[in-house]
Amino acid sequence: MSQETVLYDAQGPKARRRTAIGTAVAVVVLLALGYVVVQRLIEQNQFSMEKWGPLIDPSNEAFDAVWRLLGIGIVNTVKAAAIAMTLSVVLGTLIAVARLSLGRTGRIPLVGLVELLRGLPVVVLVYFGVRVLPDVGVDLRSWPGGQELWGLVIGLTAYNMVIFAEVVRAGVASLPRGQREAALATGLTNGQTMRIVLLPQAFRVMLPAIISQLVVVLKDTSLVTFVANYDELLSQGESIRRNLDNPIQTFVVVALLYIAINYSLGRLAQYLQARQARQGRPVAAAETLDAENQVPVGGLGGSA
Amino acid sequence: MSAVTENLGLFVDGFLRSLSICLWALVGSLVLGVLIAACRVSPVPPLRAFGASWVTTFRNTPLSVVLFFCAFGLPELGINRSFYFFGVLGLVLYTSAFVCEAVRSGINSVSAGQAEAARSIGLNFSQGLRYVVLPQALRTVVPPLGSVVIAMFKNSAVVGAFGVGGDLWSTGQTLTSARGLETLPVFVGVAFFYLLITLPSGAFLQLIERRVAIAR
Repeated sequence: MSQETVLYDAQGPKARRRTAIGTAVAVVVLLALGYVVVQRLIEQNQFSMEKWGPLIDPSNEAFDAVWRLLGIGIVNTVKAAAIAMTLSVVLGTLIAVARLSLGRTGRIPLVGLVELLRGLPVVVLVYFGVRVLPDVGVDLRSWPGGQELWGLVIGLTAYNMVIFAEVVRAGVASLPRGQREAALATGLTNGQTMRIVLLPQAFRVMLPAIISQLVVVLKDTSLVTFVANYDELLSQGESIRRNLDNPIQTFVVVALLYIAINYSLGRLAQYLQARQARQGRPVAAAETLDAENQVPVGGLGGSA
Repeated sequence: MSAVTENLGLFVDGFLRSLSICLWALVGSLVLGVLIAACRVSPVPPLRAFGASWVTTFRNTPLSVVLFFCAFGLPELGINRSFYFFGVLGLVLYTSAFVCEAVRSGINSVSAGQAEAARSIGLNFSQGLRYVVLPQALRTVVPPLGSVVIAMFKNSAVVGAFGVGGDLWSTGQTLTSARGLETLPVFVGVAFFYLLITLPSGAFLQLIERRVAIAR
C-alpha cells in the first residue's frame, strides 16, 4: 500500500485476497473497455499511416510542415502565457499591497473590482481584450505581436492578477506577526516593511502557487482560438486538422504537448512545496492556497 | 445601452440556455467525479492507476482541446450527436477531474486517528464510513467543490464559444457580428448575465461554508 489512507487499515490475509480478486476483476474490465475502444479505432481505420504519418513519420512529406506549425504554436502559447503571468504577478502584488494598506472604506472599490473580474469567464475577458478594446479606441495593432497577442494577454492578466492579489494576501498573512512588528520597531516605514521584509518572504512561500497558476494560464491561452487568429498551439492543431482531416490524431498530439508542459510544471510546484515543508517554512496557510488553486482551476475560471 | 435593453429577450434566452448547459454539466461531472474519486481511494491498484491517469490527463489539457476532440474526433468513430451534447460531454469530462481531486482531498483530510478510533469502538467499515469519516469529509469538501462548480459555470462560456448556439456567448456574437451592433454594450450585457450566475453562487457558497464550518 503505497498511500496512507484513512479508509482502511493495513490489510490482513482476507482483505488481501479480496483486493487480489478486485484487482483481477478491474484488470479484466479495464482491458475489455480498452479492447472495445481499440477495436472501434481499427474498424474506423484510425491507425492508418495515412492519418498518423504526418505526425510521427519523419519521412512523410507533411511531417516537417506539421511540426513547424506545432513548434510555432508552442512558442506563441508560451510567449503569451509568460507575458500574462509576469504582468499578473506585478499587478496582483500592487493590488494586494493597496488592499492591505488602504482603510476599510478605501478598499471597497478595489474589492468590487476583484469580485467583478473573478466572476467573469476568462474567454469573455479575452474577447474584451481582442475585440472590444479596438472599438473603444485602444488600438494595439502597431505593437509587436499585434492586437491578438496583447488582447489575449490583457484578458488573461485581468483575470489572473486578481487571483494573484488573493494569493499574495494569503502569503503575507501567513507570515508570523513578529516580522512586521520587528520591522516597524527598527524604524522602517510601512512601505519599507512591506517591500523589504514582508513581500520577499511571502514570495518564497507563494512560489508553488505561482507555478500552479502558470499551468492555468497556459491552458487558458487556447481560449483565443474562439476569438481571433493568434497562432497558438490549439489554433495550429486546428489548421492541421482542417488540412489533413485527422482530428483524433492531431488533437491527441496537441493534448499530449499540453500535458507534457503542464505536468512538468505541476511536478515542479509539488517539489517546491515539499521542499518548503521539509525546511519548516510556513506553507502559506495551505488551505487558503488550495482553495485559491481550485478557483483558477476553474480557471478554469478561466480555465479552459 | 439600448443594444441590451432592446434585445433583452435574446439575452434572457441565452442566459437560460447557458444555465441548462451548467446544470447538465453539474449533474454529470459530480457523478463522474465521485466515481473517479472512489477509484482513486480504492484499495485496488489498477483502479487507482486508472483514476490517477484520468485526473492527470484532464487536468493538464485545456478544456478547449477536450471540446475539439469530442466534437471532431468522436464523429470519426461513428458517434454522431449534436454540438450541445459534445459540449456538455467535454465540460463533464474536464470538470470530473477537478471534482475528483476535491473529493479525494476531503477524504484524505480526515485524520487517520478518526477512522482508527471508530474501528476501536467496534464500528465496522460501513458504520465508520457513515458516522465518522464521511460527515467530516463532506464538510471539508464543500469549499473546494464549490469553487470547482463556480469555475465550471464560467467554463460553460467556453462551451458556448465553441458553437453550441443559442447561449449567452452566441447571443453576443449574433448581435455584434450578424447585426453589427457596437461591441462594448453587448459585451457589458453578456458580462452582466454571467455575473448574474457567478456572484450569487459565490455568495451562496460562502453561506454554506459558514454553515458547515467545523473547528478542528
